[in-house]
Amino acid sequence: MIPSDIVAAIHSSFGEGIGTWHKSNSENAYQRRMGSYLEVADSSTIRDLAFFLRDERALFFDSLLLISSVDNGNGTLSVIYHLESTKHGHQLTLKATMPAENAHLPSVTDIWLHANWQEREAWDMMGIRFDGHPDHRRILLDDDYPGFPLRKDFKEPDFYHGMKVPY
Amino acid sequence: MLRITAIAMPEILERHILSHNPLHASAPVHDPDFVERGRLHTEEMVLNMGPQHPSTHGVLRLEVVLDGELVVDVIPHIGYLHRCFEKHAEQLTYPQIIPYVDRMDYIAAMSGEHGYVTAVERMMNIEVPEKVEFIRVLFAELQRIASHLIAIGTFGMDSGAFTPFLYCFRDRETILEMFEKTSGARFLYNYMWVGGLSHDLHADVLPMCREFLKTSRATHKEINDLLTFNHIFRQRTAGIGVLDAEVAINGGASGPMLRACGVKWDVRKNDPYSIYDRFDFEVAVGSDKLATLGDSFNRNWVRMVEWEQSLNIIEQILEQYPMNDLTDVQSAIPKRLKPPEGEIFSRTETPRGELGYYIVSKGDVKPWRVKVRSPAFSNLSLLPLISRGYLIADLIVILGSIDIVLGEVDR
Repeated sequence: MIPSDIVAAIHSSFGEGIGTWHKSNSENAYQRRMGSYLEVADSSTIRDLAFFLRDERALFFDSLLLISSVDNGNGTLSVIYHLESTKHGHQLTLKATMPAENAHLPSVTDIWLHANWQEREAWDMMGIRFDGHPDHRRILLDDDYPGFPLRKDFKEPDFYHGMKVPY
Repeated sequence: MLRITAIAMPEILERHILSHNPLHASAPVHDPDFVERGRLHTEEMVLNMGPQHPSTHGVLRLEVVLDGELVVDVIPHIGYLHRCFEKHAEQLTYPQIIPYVDRMDYIAAMSGEHGYVTAVERMMNIEVPEKVEFIRVLFAELQRIASHLIAIGTFGMDSGAFTPFLYCFRDRETILEMFEKTSGARFLYNYMWVGGLSHDLHADVLPMCREFLKTSRATHKEINDLLTFNHIFRQRTAGIGVLDAEVAINGGASGPMLRACGVKWDVRKNDPYSIYDRFDFEVAVGSDKLATLGDSFNRNWVRMVEWEQSLNIIEQILEQYPMNDLTDVQSAIPKRLKPPEGEIFSRTETPRGELGYYIVSKGDVKPWRVKVRSPAFSNLSLLPLISRGYLIADLIVILGSIDIVLGEVDR
């Protein structure tokens, strides 16, 4: 399926209000395919959408390639889901944007197993809470590390456990 | 699975005591306290494997919950080699990031570079000269062999065979020599640049490749005889750490780990990049003729077949290589590297699986965000799933068969 058909299928099931399609107008064909995304209007609908995308036979997005998180620099954070169907060979990118303060999203770990560590990393680095995650711990940094380093307003602490940084 | 019931001592012991053991013959059978006292007292033990342990292939700590020798649960603790690649990348210009990319997957730095420069070239829509593409594919495939040689060798060591490891390293040395002659470095090359290469191919490399094809095919047979079809090795790895194909896709497995389950998925074929569509090669998949689909043996088997396929690709490159092409390998390198505003998810097939870069550009010389889909990270996340219920000695084999590089897991 080509991306516009996938978006049409989503819109016909959930209505136009579910999200808007941002088409990349890059000169490169690959970037037009992998750089376009569906901006989800209400981030709490992401679970319903995920179930639909995975289970609908014509779409069948059985593989979650990556969950990325981006600090947009204007007080909002985005979570980007890259999906792929190994059966049909098509891809789709979803983007959910939320305010940086008390950022949270429903977890999709029970839909795609791969989301487990990816969501933990998004929490660790960007401080996005995933409601319903079975193992909501930091993954790369220490459990008591202050702050979320990939946020643009992150300041390195002067002291960490009584040690001067940089030592 | 018979071993599990045999080790589940309490039930057996209880029955044994009640019926046969003369020591307890006088004890009243109906006394519930007696059964309780007669039960062998076992409890789960937590064992920390690593972070400094040769079989964890780097600095990985596995918190293993054991019932006797049986693995009840594994909790991987990662981050010991976290070097903030993604944060660094936001402070650096696009070409400055390449040396940092090398240090992620340090066993296969060429493949990592190839993925990164492909992503940036796609963002800037750069057409790379044909000669550059040939050299890139040649080096990416040589790097795949070098990386698989380490994976196969150390996997042999994890399962108790030391000799193949030395043979693998002997062959790998030739590849590193070719890289050294061309780029000046043995491990961390900074060789592939956006739009070109840092140096032209060294004059010795193509003759060395021809020689290498012969010796490597001989080594491939030797390793198959020594290791793959060795009876002890097969006993040790077949049926261990079985991963189901659907779970593998759902869990984000890629590379040999996914293909061992019988899923024919390779980015080089399914989403071609560079000039891979010109070469004729087979996607290696696991086989249920040799062992269970998706087990440790098949993960190693896929690497063995890929090694052979990479040699086939190199053979075709040697035939098609534009010998008289005197194009400067730096001719397509842009003066100012400033991708237009936009984002991309670009992926390539490295020896460990799908390496993806999600890059957001705001039209600056520095990227706004670089996120890496690290195949080793995703593959390692499935370790608890496939090692529950096996013995602790098998856990070492399973971990070895995943072939992780901690530099890439932690980034």
